Parts: sequence; C-alpha cells; structure tokens
Amino acid sequence: MLFFSYFKDLVGREVTVELKNDLAIRGTLHSVDQYLNIKLENTRVIDQEKYPHMLSVRNCFIRGSVVRYVQLPPDGVDVELLHDATRREARGG
Amino acid sequence: MGSEEESAVKEPLDLIRLSLDERIYVKLRHDRELRGKLHAYDQHLNMILGDVEETVTTVEIDDETYEEIVRNTKRIVPFLFVRGDGVILVAPPLRTS
Repeated sequence: MLFFSYFKDLVGREVTVELKNDLAIRGTLHSVDQYLNIKLENTRVIDQEKYPHMLSVRNCFIRGSVVRYVQLPPDGVDVELLHDATRREARGG
Repeated sequence: MGSEEESAVKEPLDLIRLSLDERIYVKLRHDRELRGKLHAYDQHLNMILGDVEETVTTVEIDDETYEEIVRNTKRIVPFLFVRGDGVILVAPPLRTS
C-alpha cells in the first residue's frame, strides 16, 4: 500500500507516465487505486508526431500493469518520509 | 538439537533495505538498466529512484556487413517510479563505465 498512499498524496501534480509500449503521456494526476491504475487529466502525448492516434485525448485511464515508469516532479516527495515508510512496509510477506 | 531461532536469516528484501538512500543498479527487462538512488520499494519491487540514469541497449545488424552495432542510449530523470514487474535484478552499482 506504500505506493498507493504515495500517489494519493501526489494527486493534482503533473507527471509523465511511460507505458510498456513506449508511449509517454504527460498529464495531471487525477486519481489512483490499489492496483496503481492511474487516471490522468489534461493529457498530451510526448512526441505527438510519432503517436498521432491520441491527439484528441484529454483524459485517460491507464491500467496499472501497462506502466513502465512514472516520471515524478522533483519536489514531489519527502525522501525521509519515503525511507521511513519503506522500512516499515518492507518487512517481507 | 536446541530449537534456537536464527532471526539472522535475511530475506532478499532485507538485503535491498540495506541499500535505502544509497545508489543502486537495477537491471530491467528489454535491455534496460537504471542507476540511481533508492528512495522507496515494496515487495513487488516497485521502486522510487532519484537522480536516475537509464541506459537502453539496442543491437542493429548491418544489412551488408552483418556486423552488430551496439548502441547505448542514456537519459537522466530526476525522480522516477519504476513498476516492479519490469525488474530483473537489484545490486550495488557496478564498478564499470
């Protein structure tokens, strides 16, 4: 649940989601769920010439399993908080 | 024999915990590698890395000479969430270029 909580705190920030098919979408994080499915608003595709089929898409739902990376705002986190949360969380299954 | 519990047996995830706030090397699927500072991870190996350099390795084959041309494409991302299902291995940074 660590990253679910982290992304909830990031709602409203601009992020770039890079998918496993190499498509990169920049937008405002609208919501996230336990599967790390993501809803973005005000989206635009990075490198629109290469991927024209999403030119008119402004809001989208992204299945968590197709995400490769999410590029985060550099000031989008308290690293100390992350370290502490990780130590508490990763106690094995 | 005595039933002495050895709590010193460490899980692999405990070894990754030692690298928190340290630079690490991550090998990903599809010939990608990351080098960055580990800020967070979970049991799926989802991670958040800081000051990350991604290296993508491609091999082209010349049509005529059939020689293999290896290309490394690098980029820097200040702050990156990595989904765990793409992770192959996590290690301290390698002491090569």
